[in-house]
Amino acid sequence: MAVGTRFEALNPPEMTLGQKLAAVNWLMVLLIVAIASVGFAMLYSAANGSVTPWAYRQAIRFGVGFVVMLTVAMVDVRFWMRSAYLMYAAVLLLLFAVEVMGEIGMGAQRWIDLGLFQLQPSELMKISLVLALARYFHGLTWDEVGNPLNLLPPLLMIGMPVVLVLRQPDLGTALMILMGAGATFFLAGVRIWKFLTLIGIALAAVPIGWQFMRTYQQQRILTFLNPESDPLGSGYHITQSKIALGSGGLFGKGFLEGSQSHLNFLPEKQTDFIFTMLAEEFGMVGALGLIGLYVLVIAYGFAIAIRSRSQFGRLVALGVTTTLFLYLFINVAMVMGLIPVVGVPLPMISYGGTAMLTIMLGLGMVLGVSVHRDVRIGRAGVDED
Amino acid sequence: MLKASEQDSQRIFTRRALMLAAGQLGLVGALAARLYYLQVVEADRYSLLSRNNQFNLELLPPIRGRILDLNGVPLADNQDNFRVEIVREQTVDVSATLAALGSIIEVPEWDVRRVLKDVKRKRAFVPVTVVENLSREEIARVAVNAPYLPGVRIEVGRSRRYPFGELAVHCTGYVAAVSENELTGDPVLELPDFRIGKSGIEKVHDLEMRGTAGQRQVEVNALGRIIRKLPGDEGEPGRDIRLSIDINLQRFATERLTRGMAERIPVDDPRAQVALAKASPAMLAASEAQDTILLDKYGEVVEAESGSVVVMDVHSGELRALVSAPGYDPNPFNHGLSAKDWEELLSNPRSPLTNKSIAGQYPPGSTFKMLVSLAALEADLAGPDTQFFCPGHLELGDTRFHCWKRGGHGTVDMVGALEQSCDVYFYEIAKRIGIDRIAAMAKRLGLGEMLDVDLPGERRGLIPSREWKQATRGEPWHRGETLVAAIGQGFVLATPLQLATMTARLVNGGRAVVPRLVRDPDGNARNFPPTGLDPRDLDLMRQAMSAVVNGARGTARAVRSRENDPTIGGKTGTSQVKRITMAQRAAGLTKSKDQPWRDRDHALFVGFAPVEAPRYAVSVVVEHGGGGSSMAAPIAADVLLETLRIDPGGSAPLSAVPAADPRRRG
Repeated sequence: MAVGTRFEALNPPEMTLGQKLAAVNWLMVLLIVAIASVGFAMLYSAANGSVTPWAYRQAIRFGVGFVVMLTVAMVDVRFWMRSAYLMYAAVLLLLFAVEVMGEIGMGAQRWIDLGLFQLQPSELMKISLVLALARYFHGLTWDEVGNPLNLLPPLLMIGMPVVLVLRQPDLGTALMILMGAGATFFLAGVRIWKFLTLIGIALAAVPIGWQFMRTYQQQRILTFLNPESDPLGSGYHITQSKIALGSGGLFGKGFLEGSQSHLNFLPEKQTDFIFTMLAEEFGMVGALGLIGLYVLVIAYGFAIAIRSRSQFGRLVALGVTTTLFLYLFINVAMVMGLIPVVGVPLPMISYGGTAMLTIMLGLGMVLGVSVHRDVRIGRAGVDED
Repeated sequence: MLKASEQDSQRIFTRRALMLAAGQLGLVGALAARLYYLQVVEADRYSLLSRNNQFNLELLPPIRGRILDLNGVPLADNQDNFRVEIVREQTVDVSATLAALGSIIEVPEWDVRRVLKDVKRKRAFVPVTVVENLSREEIARVAVNAPYLPGVRIEVGRSRRYPFGELAVHCTGYVAAVSENELTGDPVLELPDFRIGKSGIEKVHDLEMRGTAGQRQVEVNALGRIIRKLPGDEGEPGRDIRLSIDINLQRFATERLTRGMAERIPVDDPRAQVALAKASPAMLAASEAQDTILLDKYGEVVEAESGSVVVMDVHSGELRALVSAPGYDPNPFNHGLSAKDWEELLSNPRSPLTNKSIAGQYPPGSTFKMLVSLAALEADLAGPDTQFFCPGHLELGDTRFHCWKRGGHGTVDMVGALEQSCDVYFYEIAKRIGIDRIAAMAKRLGLGEMLDVDLPGERRGLIPSREWKQATRGEPWHRGETLVAAIGQGFVLATPLQLATMTARLVNGGRAVVPRLVRDPDGNARNFPPTGLDPRDLDLMRQAMSAVVNGARGTARAVRSRENDPTIGGKTGTSQVKRITMAQRAAGLTKSKDQPWRDRDHALFVGFAPVEAPRYAVSVVVEHGGGGSSMAAPIAADVLLETLRIDPGGSAPLSAVPAADPRRRG
């Protein structure tokens, strides 16, 4: 440990708002705005060169999300730590509420309508679970993490929302929650062999899970395994998406010129398949450029996590960053036919309010960790001294 | 302790974060690799697939070539078929729009129901045909009211039209929808409106008349809606086919043949009412929906005659009329004939679907006698002066061969035998020359051979020979069969087209002319090889055939040429369909008209005119028409005179032909 660090640690000063704003990683914010702007352009193209119905609304949402992000970043991380369990409990309750509402109402309802946003508790769960787990592991020493009994509460914390989300049924989100939580476990220092055991158990549960899946979910996986078997049926999305991607070539067909997208061969081009549209219009160069922007944001996430002085901050920053990565990877791999179509949006670009809010909330946390990187937090979530 | 723990956590976190980063970087690498594979390695394949998605090739059906007569009158052409369509997505209420349309033009209730059903089944932008074959006046009314008819539009297609109906059907043939086994992989055949030639010229020259389809690329979206039409290749219309027949002569010959020896009177004539009152129900049914009926000399309603008339230019071989009666209307085939109508055509005893001119095979009867004479003359086994005595029959072994004239003709020479059509004379000739010489001569004159006229279904006829009988029946040839063959009976069969060709070759100066129906596009005359017959022999035949019509004892003297009329030559023929038994002969039943129609003799006549410088040959076959003299000769004479009057495609003016002389006969 460097001397300077120790000095600061000994005198944790309360930062003013101005200091906090100055401490914000503005380059990262710039990258986020850049990614969102690519999204506006693509939504403009998806509407055949019109800001309505998508680009305009998406911009407003991003504006709201942007304010949310900066606000969250200004709030002291200790506040988030203290309220982590409460937030988790609240979101779990909401999840349970939509579940009950869905049972009473008509079929699979996953959201609560809030006007501009449709609040989807399963999305919020992605962030609040990361927070809750971070708080839990923050309170454990390396040795305590080694005690299997200590892993039971966090497993329960993961299990409840995953089961609820699976029942919605939303396989993609459930898997993302599971993988995001898994990453937190991994980072918290759960022993590798335990980790492998858990993965083994999960794989063993796959055949059982298959039984519980809805027919359409089973069909999606079967279609993924052989998309050409039914080109006009369930395989249509993947096949058309691959055609759009492939025909884009190295440099693309040009902005607003993607024939697959504009002639509606490409399904869901404004939401899940928007990456395909970008790759069709801007080619491999454009697609790699966008992935590069994400990689930079994720790299900032890693750097912020590693530089944070609290285990809570580290786990939150990297938990959220990994969630962002999962969004990106699952969506892009899905539209390229590498994994089944599970309905995960491209973060900050796909049209839709909830995912945008979740991501901006999460990124606000990451920025907050960065702003408050030197704040030391005691094991119970209070100041150390 | 806390510090140590914190340091542990941080150390482990950093290590694991780096592992996680490595894993994530690896996955991003996988994404990049996949992008490279799709967008660079497989780019060409996907580009092609994308273009196939984006563009549909729309075929533009070519305009089918017309069929024209000698003077350019269309016998088959393409009619604009105006139809009204409705597009569901362009109208608020389809039923209301249809009702509005129904107040402007007639829309049958049945069509309204069909349209309402169709619009639900098809995509909203797909037009549904409401009514077809609208007149220009109806179209104008719809067009004027267009503002009140949202979603209604007028489209024009083409349908094949045969303006002369059944008159020329055996030449033109007809077109109909492409059937499964006619698909060749040519996509134009799969267009729903495409029609293909099924018979006649339409079939034989189908490819020439079809032309080549144009293509146009049409940009479509995922639902198949047309976004944009790109200019393309217009295609090439089919070629017109010009026939050698003259539709006016064709009409005259058809009417003259079907009338036979009856009189054609309008239905509203008082005599028609009297006749219809006592007509049989079958006859009444046949006369229904006719403007005219046929009355025989006893004032009874009779059926139209069936048979064939072929008129041919003796020098060029061009057919000026090619009649096969009855015919049928080719127009309904375009939209599909009902099973009932088709069944009726098939079961009609007068076989309207058969082109009798080329596929009807009849015993030529006495029209065969000229070539028997020629065979004898050429072999020098008989001369113009060779005489035989005809007692009315000839004995050969224990068989008696009768002459048509019971009392016999007495002593006749060759011209006399032809003039009076003495059978015994030709029995004697046949005994001298044998079947082989007869068969060889028949083939030189075009019988028993395919003439390869431009129509499908042509038959060969039959000229029997020793080899033929041995091969098909496994029996040797009997001498008696030569005698029967010499009067054109027995095994001998010929088509009307062959008989006309034979006649043309007899009188055209010795050229082996071949009939043709389609004019050479360049108008080139064909050179035909000589038949190799002695001109003196041919002159003798011409003289004899003139005597048949103009001689005092000629079998066709009833139609002998009037003064100022061009002279006609020819030969009658009456071919037995059913052998008259000894019992019937004893009972005196030798006359055809006492027998049922099916059993009656065919009436034949082959002729030419003018005798001095022959230009046209004709053959007439009236199926079960009775006698060649009484039935076929008058028809042939009228047709020949009409042919000379019209002189279709004629170049050499004939001073002897009067401008017009409406003749009345029998």
